[in-house]
Amino acid sequence: MSRPVDTVETAAATPDLAQPFAELGLKPDEYQRIRDILGRRPTSGELAMYSVMWSEHCSYKSSKVHLAQFGRKTPKNDVLMVGIGENAGVVDIGDGWAATFKAESHNHPSYVEPYQGAATGVGGIVRDILAMGARPVAVMDSLRFGPADALDTARVLPGVVAGVGGYGNCLGLPNIGGEVAFDATYLGNPLVNALCVGVMRHEDVHLAKATGVGNKVILYGAATGGDGIGGVSVLASETFDADGPAKRPSVQVGDPFMEKLLIEATLEMFAAHLVEGIQDLGGAGLSCATSELASAGSGGMHVELDLVPLRDSTLSPEEILMSESQERMCAIVTPDNVDAVLAICDKWGVQATVIGEVTEGSTLVITWHDEVIVQVPPRTVAHDGPVYERPFTRPAAQDELAASSTTALPRPTTGADLKRDLLALLATANIGDKSWVTDQYDRYVRGNTVLAQPDDAGVVRVDEATGRGVALALDGNGRFAQLDPYVGTQLALAEAYRNVAVTGAIPIAVTNCLNFGSPEDAGVMWQFEQAVTGLADAALELGTPVTGGNVSFYNQTGDTAILPTPVIGVLGVIDDVERRTPLRYRNDGELIYLLGETHDELDGSAWAAELHGHLGGVPPRVDLRHEKVLGEILVAASRDGMASAAHDVSDGGVAVALTEMALRSDVGLRFWAPDGIDPFVFLFSESSGRALVVVARSEELRFSEMCAARGVAAYRIGVVDSGLATEHDVAPGTQVLEMTGQFAVALADLRSAHQSAFQRIVA
Amino acid sequence: MTTRIGVITFPGTLDDVDAARAIRYSGAEAVALWHGDADLKDVDAVVLPGGFSYGDYLRCGAIANLSPVMSVLVPAALEGLPVLGICNGFQVLCEAHLLPGALTRNQTLHFVCRDQQLTVADTTSAWTNAYDVGQVITVPVKNGEGCYQADDATLDELERTGRVVVRYHDLNPNGSRRDIAGIRNERGNVVGLMPHPEHAIDDLTGPSSDGLGFFTSILTTLVGQGVLA
Repeated sequence: MSRPVDTVETAAATPDLAQPFAELGLKPDEYQRIRDILGRRPTSGELAMYSVMWSEHCSYKSSKVHLAQFGRKTPKNDVLMVGIGENAGVVDIGDGWAATFKAESHNHPSYVEPYQGAATGVGGIVRDILAMGARPVAVMDSLRFGPADALDTARVLPGVVAGVGGYGNCLGLPNIGGEVAFDATYLGNPLVNALCVGVMRHEDVHLAKATGVGNKVILYGAATGGDGIGGVSVLASETFDADGPAKRPSVQVGDPFMEKLLIEATLEMFAAHLVEGIQDLGGAGLSCATSELASAGSGGMHVELDLVPLRDSTLSPEEILMSESQERMCAIVTPDNVDAVLAICDKWGVQATVIGEVTEGSTLVITWHDEVIVQVPPRTVAHDGPVYERPFTRPAAQDELAASSTTALPRPTTGADLKRDLLALLATANIGDKSWVTDQYDRYVRGNTVLAQPDDAGVVRVDEATGRGVALALDGNGRFAQLDPYVGTQLALAEAYRNVAVTGAIPIAVTNCLNFGSPEDAGVMWQFEQAVTGLADAALELGTPVTGGNVSFYNQTGDTAILPTPVIGVLGVIDDVERRTPLRYRNDGELIYLLGETHDELDGSAWAAELHGHLGGVPPRVDLRHEKVLGEILVAASRDGMASAAHDVSDGGVAVALTEMALRSDVGLRFWAPDGIDPFVFLFSESSGRALVVVARSEELRFSEMCAARGVAAYRIGVVDSGLATEHDVAPGTQVLEMTGQFAVALADLRSAHQSAFQRIVA
Repeated sequence: MTTRIGVITFPGTLDDVDAARAIRYSGAEAVALWHGDADLKDVDAVVLPGGFSYGDYLRCGAIANLSPVMSVLVPAALEGLPVLGICNGFQVLCEAHLLPGALTRNQTLHFVCRDQQLTVADTTSAWTNAYDVGQVITVPVKNGEGCYQADDATLDELERTGRVVVRYHDLNPNGSRRDIAGIRNERGNVVGLMPHPEHAIDDLTGPSSDGLGFFTSILTTLVGQGVLA
């Protein structure tokens, strides 16, 4: 016996029927608003659509009022081709090429089911990029976990890493970098932010809109199943309760093989100019795709839901509308081109079905075996959701936090103590070598990866004929954002901007993934408002537009929110990847320069947090005008062949930056603190706006004159030296890192400390 | 006349663009071959590139082996057509019984991607004559199921007849028996490699250009056979 279907007709006839809106996550006033829009009670299908589309994850109802700043504060340049609002922003990268990039969070699903949660996070962002008309060319990931020694980290971390790798590797996209960090607040709230970048010719940009009456709606890709039903609204919009129901069935399961076929089939359709509009099916599945496509066009669309191919024939129409089955796309195609599209799908073994068409008028009509179960103005589903101006207040404890600076912490004064602190810092999970993670990712596939982790940014060649390429960096620092969310977010942007410039690429655009606790907490909302304002202001000053982004709220357990974690992505352009500046130096005797000033700024540093468990004070100052000039110097040093290697100075300060360079190069170096700077501050301060640049002796004069002319401090602080073993009590031929007059340490000892943290985690 | 080397694309093949680029770098013409067509387009040699054909959801390479293109490739290989299988391509060649043994899950149970040192052990094959025996080269490995397995008798026979083509040098990344990274058939025209020489064709995008030798070798072989005037 089949279930009775709740049609528009029955809804009109039974206005007082009680509906489970609260279970679907809707508030009473939100439910009332739906009734007001429709002039009747919604059908169960309409209720399903509104509930998923008006969830926090899909509607940005708590963040919208703040995110509007990105539009108001867009820099005046012509880099931006498609801005916020589409699946992903598109920027001009020169020579007729365009790039699109975006990051998205998959935090809650990754806690529930680490492998599938992370895998489908990658899959979702790749489809967003594909839907813009671009070939996806690389992925990155920013991961955060609880303490390295926590039991649950041992469950979550290997699963997430295997999921990111399993999906991306099978899909054939190089993973070119990202970050892995640990903090107690992420226990129970791991962060999995995945970024994808794609490239296309200017004329190939596609948009998600359904226009042209009579055009067909084609659903293609995987069949629709029961996975992920309510995943978006149930998983992403509620805090986890210890005694809550098991939520595993809400997590989607990924099929990267299908996604690879989907990419190739879709790109073939684009190449043959067969597609009028396109949208991927991600969160909120068909509800989202149909309502967004229709509302971006003139509004009229008719979908016959019973034509949707199913994996599970028992699914109800409401479940089909809400299903988040992965690897599905929806294309709008003229009737003439339908056969050609179906033929391409057939060639790639991808199921494709005409499920409806664009109609006159401005109503989205969905039928189920000829009965009308949805009849809505699509804009009210996709865009006119509730907007909340949630209260935000600077927490009272913020002053106390700012007052608790690191000045009272015991600072090492002797060479032996400085060396001890360096080795201890290297042995922590946050500073330690992440190759256990990154070795599980294919960084070579497609043959265009020019730089990948541990380099500061990933660099991918776009055009083999000219060598034009893009660089990408993804950075966040929850500690700095906790101390001051406005400055902390600007520091994250400054770091990502610098990481791109270090490789010789010009930073041109910004994306973000903003991970916070509950927006219903006024203190968290203040952090969010400050972070967005800080990012918008800084992006404007740097001249790099924010092209899109993602917000993830409710990352908290009980009353304890995660550290506010804005993760910022910066995209840069390099006109010839041959001139990229790597992390690795190769030539003995070359000089190491430190650009930028080092101040006594240890608050929020890795040294304070990792060695003293201290988080308090004020974060390092940020000077965006300086960052911009520094970026110009790094690009010029690459373009004019002055820099043979370079590295950003950030977590762990100069001490860690120099160690990373030496370990990457497997060649020793000697360095010293400039006059007047305390050795400890020089080693461990995390002042922003600094970079290490390795310069050949023949280029020294030109380089230092360029820095002087632009008013950027450049200190000669070291020299590449493979022959230090003879001066120290180590085996001949051993490579040594020496701080003149303070300490010397064999690279082998630095390396074993650096690798020790992950060896412990995965033991 | 340009040498024409086919590159087969199965559903889920990923490194076909890389293999084609390596073929171009070596001076030959890369010809796209489609899994669904029982047609080798008169190519002089064939590369089965890496990837995850059919998602590796069954045994790696098992479904690809059943495709129409294999129905013409296998007899051609038995008659001497040079064939190089890389990673997933190696797995397909084992499934097709053009090469003995099987590739199984890495001993670490993790996918591994690293710049791998290899020792060249045989230079008589159609794909390795550009190297010297004992030469150490650096070529990326990237696999989840690259652990080479065969019974002792087969391994003894492979070693006795010089059919181990390359071995892992600095470490064994996947637990392969006797450090085997690549083997050939008796005739030497069919070679299977777990490492990816197509990812080591220049210093810009790879750890070295050491991998190019596999692709230049085949040109030398074809000239020697009189295939190319």
